[in-house]
Amino acid sequence: MNGSSDLVLILPELVLTVGALVLMLVAAWGGQASTRAVSWASVAVLIGAGIALAGPASSGADAFDGLFRADAFAAYAKVLIYVATAVSIIVAPAFFARTSGDDLRPEYPVLMLLAAVGMGMMVSAGDMLVLYVGLELQSLAAYVLASFMRRDTRSAEAGLKYFVLGALASGILLYGISLVYGFSGSTEFDLIAAAYDATPGTGLLIGLVFVFAGIAFKIAAVPFHMWTPDVYEGAPTPVVVSFATAQKVAAVALALRVALDAMGPALLQWQQIVIFASLASILFGAVAAIGQTNIKRLLAYSSINNVGFALMGLGAGTSEGAAAVLSYMTVYVVMTLGSFLVVLQMRGADGEPIESIASLSGLSRTRPGLAAAFAMFMFSLAGIPPLLGFYPKLAVFWAATDAGLFGFAVAGAVGSVVGAYYYLKIIKTMYFDPPANEIVGRDASSTLDYGLIAVAALVISPLGYLLIKPLAPVTAAAASALF
Amino acid sequence: MIGLTHYLVVAAILFGMGVFGIIANRKNLILILMAIELILLAVNINLVAFSAYLGDLVGQVFAMFVLTVAAGEAAIGLAILVIYFRGRATISVDDVNRMKG
Repeated sequence: MNGSSDLVLILPELVLTVGALVLMLVAAWGGQASTRAVSWASVAVLIGAGIALAGPASSGADAFDGLFRADAFAAYAKVLIYVATAVSIIVAPAFFARTSGDDLRPEYPVLMLLAAVGMGMMVSAGDMLVLYVGLELQSLAAYVLASFMRRDTRSAEAGLKYFVLGALASGILLYGISLVYGFSGSTEFDLIAAAYDATPGTGLLIGLVFVFAGIAFKIAAVPFHMWTPDVYEGAPTPVVVSFATAQKVAAVALALRVALDAMGPALLQWQQIVIFASLASILFGAVAAIGQTNIKRLLAYSSINNVGFALMGLGAGTSEGAAAVLSYMTVYVVMTLGSFLVVLQMRGADGEPIESIASLSGLSRTRPGLAAAFAMFMFSLAGIPPLLGFYPKLAVFWAATDAGLFGFAVAGAVGSVVGAYYYLKIIKTMYFDPPANEIVGRDASSTLDYGLIAVAALVISPLGYLLIKPLAPVTAAAASALF
Repeated sequence: MIGLTHYLVVAAILFGMGVFGIIANRKNLILILMAIELILLAVNINLVAFSAYLGDLVGQVFAMFVLTVAAGEAAIGLAILVIYFRGRATISVDDVNRMKG
């Protein structure tokens, strides 16, 4: 394949990269005053990249001799990543305007765009080298974003913790990659898969374990989850929106890509790891969330819990399982975006952000609309029908039972019951406790946020089931691109 | 005769030292940055040793990429360390405890 047709296949990444670099120059010349313009321009760049996905970028062809896969799976994950990144850019100006001391700077949307390029490379990787560079591009942008509130010591600490543990995770992943390279003789996914197909030796298996440990760090699956609550609590909320949605989708899609594309023949070996990580995440995420008093920490444990369910679909190791993971991540992104948008509306009389769960007491009387929306997101995250959160949970259980993993599915269902407890506890706080009157009324700066909350609530309402019929063939087609 | 195994053992020892340095070090955040570099260099030894053993250049290209990314990572790590030090006036690992975790 010649050079120009390769460039057509990576058009979304090109749009994002060029857009980010141009906006970086605009930011450098325009300074602080250009923040809003750069923010909206980066949303436009994301929309442009999304449109570019519709062309050859989702055709299923391989660019650069198999280094980069422009298939339906990558395109599906990228749509989710771009939407989530756009939301985390849109909500940022109002959040930073309300916090004292740290202003939003035009570098914020630029870093978000660069992180989106990295995430796009992760989900499109056809080679360990592309995977590593994409992952690092995303991670380096994320470390800076986590510590973006320079005067806030919690934000700096979150950035520091994220950096140290993220670098350790990259190191573990790289060590695994080096072993896989050495014992398979290649970094290309196709050739690695061929090496695993012939009876894999000890070196390849050790490499597989290290690679999965590194990926488990990135998706925050137990036992590599310990950074998540601290980073979610300390980092600025709009950044956490991106961590909990876009980066989660990218990391889970990366796990699918590596497990099914590069190491597909070693199913029996990685299946045990994935099943253990899945059940441990579901149970630990549910149990550890119970005692939390900070809403962002609670949502961090909720994300650990949800990643467990997503891994259940991967643990099935089938095409249906991968499709279930994609629909799980789709609904998860909508629910999590909605929850964090509500958290962004929690603020006191001076506009300062409030994060304690106790301040939600009696919210149903002071802010009935907000409380109703948050209750819907919580019910949906708990997987209670008729809300849309029930459907993808059912899909992953189905995938697990279809693959004959009945014990796995039953244990996951038990875990989801435990998990429902802390979601319901928030609803109880909002609806049955005396009002705390800490959270004040809405102001004009959050009209857009309320619109986004309304859209998210509409999607996860029972009306969302109308989306399943058109969505199912798309996720199935995307998943089959991995097999 | 020094063969592939020797290189792999050295890399494994360096990798172990790096991981141990991150987990066991309670004193100084700069030491953690050095431990991270140790891990990445262990990986590079692995990659180059395999590359020579297999007669395949990809491993050495990979090592160049790892070196480049490691430089960027160290720069960002130090930058975060500087803003952390400005706020807290300490770089002791035991003091990184504003949030339980």
